[in-house]
Amino acid sequence: MGNVLTIILQRLALGALTLLIVSIVIFVAVNLLPGDFAQNILGQGATPEAVASIRKDLGLDQPPVTRYFDWLGGVLRGDLGSSFAQANFASFTGTDSGAKTVADQIAPRFANTMFLAMVTAIIAVPLSITLGVLAALYRNSVFDRAANITTLSSISSPEFFLAYILILFLAVLNPILPSLSNIYDGMAFSERLQKSLLPALTLTLVVTAHMMRMTRAAIINLLASPYIEMARLKGLSPMRVIVKHALPNALAPIINVIALNLAYLITGVVVVEVVFVYPGIGQLFVDSVKIRDIPVVQACCLIFAAAYILLNLTADIMSILSNPRLRHPK
Amino acid sequence: MTDETPLVKIRGIKLEGRSDETWNPIINGVDLTLARGEVLGLIGESGAGKSTLGLAAMGYTRDGVRISDGTVEFDGIDLLTASAATKRDLLGKRIAYVAQSAAASFNPAHKLMDQHVEGPVQHGVNDRGSSEEDGIELYRKLRLPNPDEIGFRYPHQVSGGQLQRAMTAMAMSCRPDLIIFDEPTTALDVTTQIEVLASIRDIVEQYNTAAIYITHDLAVVAQMADRIKVLLKGDEVETADTRTMLSAPTQEYTKSLWAVRSFERPKKPGVSTGAVPVVSVQNVDAAYGKVPVLFDVSFDMHSGRTVAVVGESGSGKSTTARCITGLLPPTAGQIMLDGEVLPADYRKRSKDQLRQVQMIYQMADTALNPRMSIGQIIARPVQFYLGLTGAAKRKRVDALLEQIELEPSEYYNRLPSELSGGQKQRIGIARALAAEPKFIICDEVTSALDQLVAEGILRLLARLQDDLSLSYMFITHDLATVRAIADEVVVMKDGRVIEQGDKEEMFRPPHHAYTDLLLSSVPEMDPDWLTNLLTERGVDNIGDAAVDKM
Repeated sequence: MGNVLTIILQRLALGALTLLIVSIVIFVAVNLLPGDFAQNILGQGATPEAVASIRKDLGLDQPPVTRYFDWLGGVLRGDLGSSFAQANFASFTGTDSGAKTVADQIAPRFANTMFLAMVTAIIAVPLSITLGVLAALYRNSVFDRAANITTLSSISSPEFFLAYILILFLAVLNPILPSLSNIYDGMAFSERLQKSLLPALTLTLVVTAHMMRMTRAAIINLLASPYIEMARLKGLSPMRVIVKHALPNALAPIINVIALNLAYLITGVVVVEVVFVYPGIGQLFVDSVKIRDIPVVQACCLIFAAAYILLNLTADIMSILSNPRLRHPK
Repeated sequence: MTDETPLVKIRGIKLEGRSDETWNPIINGVDLTLARGEVLGLIGESGAGKSTLGLAAMGYTRDGVRISDGTVEFDGIDLLTASAATKRDLLGKRIAYVAQSAAASFNPAHKLMDQHVEGPVQHGVNDRGSSEEDGIELYRKLRLPNPDEIGFRYPHQVSGGQLQRAMTAMAMSCRPDLIIFDEPTTALDVTTQIEVLASIRDIVEQYNTAAIYITHDLAVVAQMADRIKVLLKGDEVETADTRTMLSAPTQEYTKSLWAVRSFERPKKPGVSTGAVPVVSVQNVDAAYGKVPVLFDVSFDMHSGRTVAVVGESGSGKSTTARCITGLLPPTAGQIMLDGEVLPADYRKRSKDQLRQVQMIYQMADTALNPRMSIGQIIARPVQFYLGLTGAAKRKRVDALLEQIELEPSEYYNRLPSELSGGQKQRIGIARALAAEPKFIICDEVTSALDQLVAEGILRLLARLQDDLSLSYMFITHDLATVRAIADEVVVMKDGRVIEQGDKEEMFRPPHHAYTDLLLSSVPEMDPDWLTNLLTERGVDNIGDAAVDKM
């Protein structure tokens, strides 16, 4: 086991290093955006003095390196900074709107995104693995082809199109599910779940094909192995051969594809959020980019990067653990 | 014959294999009858259709193979018309299979015992608890070390010979009426093989299990089988009792198979004193990373002579070759060529030094670039080392092809994939010869080939040595090959040379204990060989058990 622990620690260290590099990239990229918050908020008629004053208030007059380390220091202390849009410009407007930190702003949105991702994953992962196993078991049959065509067409259609189709069938023609997913704090779990179901189904349609096809391919890849022939010659049922003998050895690639799709669910669902008016982190991110609310943009980017790195790390570790050679060295 | 129905009755079976879009015959109408408790040896060269026929006896065909005609009956049940469920009920329970590579045929994801009990539990023969107890009992009978505990390991934690026995135990788990053994010892060292053979034979006798034992090794089949059936390219050549078959084969082909082991080169005069060896390995130590693998290895190789380097897998034979070629610079000691020290790293050697040392590889399949024609493969060293181009190069390649007995006009433009295994190995030889070397390392060059083909390669190498005064370092684990072509023998074990000398000397007692064990472990054609050896030495003094005691 010491062997595995070393590998895991190495991967964790590597993940932290990647995150650090990503933070630099995010900072540089965000600063390359044309215009800044001060110009944006004051419009074209702004006097240079007013712009400079706001910049000074927000610390935008500091050199980029200083700003980066200020930000990084804050992040390491768990302080993501204050949102520009919610900041109290006392020196400029003379009013007090009540300061709001980035963390306060992101937390509920992120929780919503995670909720949606989780609901989707709970539907999509077992569904795709089951479909993949069945497709491998009945390969080249009508079922296999139908599953492939359906999932491929759904992955090939734009997300908003799938969303509107689902709305048409499940909300308009047969009003089973609500078409608006305007969830809010303090909503009962069952209601929250019901309102999230349509976006979750849309996302399921988007991610299933990838995972299902990898499951099918990874299993079929192993069917020519001598140990699969052995299992067949022991007179085991085709289902048992696939589930008990092929699947455990096909886990590594499947786990990796699942991780990739889960990361997508956390970071890439803006379109679906917009269609269903779901208050997730994607919308917040897009809005913040529009008004150059840099602390929020940076924090979102960092969360997305961390989600990718963490999920891939988990996938790596699970792949290692699924290999008995690494779990039980000689 | 007895009046009871035979256990297996195959009549006029025809099997075809698909390549591209056409079906080609593999087995052209063979009959096979097996009585209860009888062991039938199925022998032939690779491509003879042995495994395909063995699997067909289970009513099973691999992907891309089909049964086009004939009948297969097991205990009166027609396996070809039986439903999938009926067949599944027989497989594992009444008919079991032992594959060639146990390491590949055990599922890496599950412990041995989990795989062992799967058959009896799934077939409802036994519950898990009693199956486990029975498994331990079988492990004990098959003389596996730590029988109580070994089943709870994963396949990768168990050695190849032990896995092969665990697989035999697994086949026995439902006490089948028939076991198909598909080359179960081919991938094993001789000392490991002998243990597995003894274990298999014991347990098959004990439970009166009928078996079809597939192998290309005549001496092995002579120990195991009551009856032998010889196959050649999908046709039966002859079938007879083991003793009859060995003493009086009726067919020419069978006789030729039997004769292979009789090839032996005449003894050469000894090396004149003071002669400078072509290659001299002097006190070489080597390591892979930090793991030392060679310890103080020294031996000489002289012009026109063959030194056979013998030992089991992991003994350091190929590592020594890597040191000589400069692929693995030794950590101590040196390699001399014609009395001069060779730079340890091949990158520091001159083109002429590189030219003098050539290699022929075990797997001709993977050692030839599949995208280059035979002409290009041989022309490359001709141009690189000798600087020949154009017509001169072509002429030299043609001459080399003639030397290896392949018609230049016919083979020059072919690709390696269009050649047979033996022909590919000949191309490997021509490529080595193209550099006009003094010294060639032959690394297990015949171990992937059938005996008849291997003999052809050995004869060719012998002739080339006489014509060109070549010096060979012949790496092998097959002592029959050593007997056939070696002048001197070097025995290696665990990275050390433990005995060396003239071939006659080496094959004449007294030997070093390990050499003795190696020699005594090589199966002989005498059907009583294994029985005699076991009586003489006792089961605990053969094979790896004996190696471990050293």
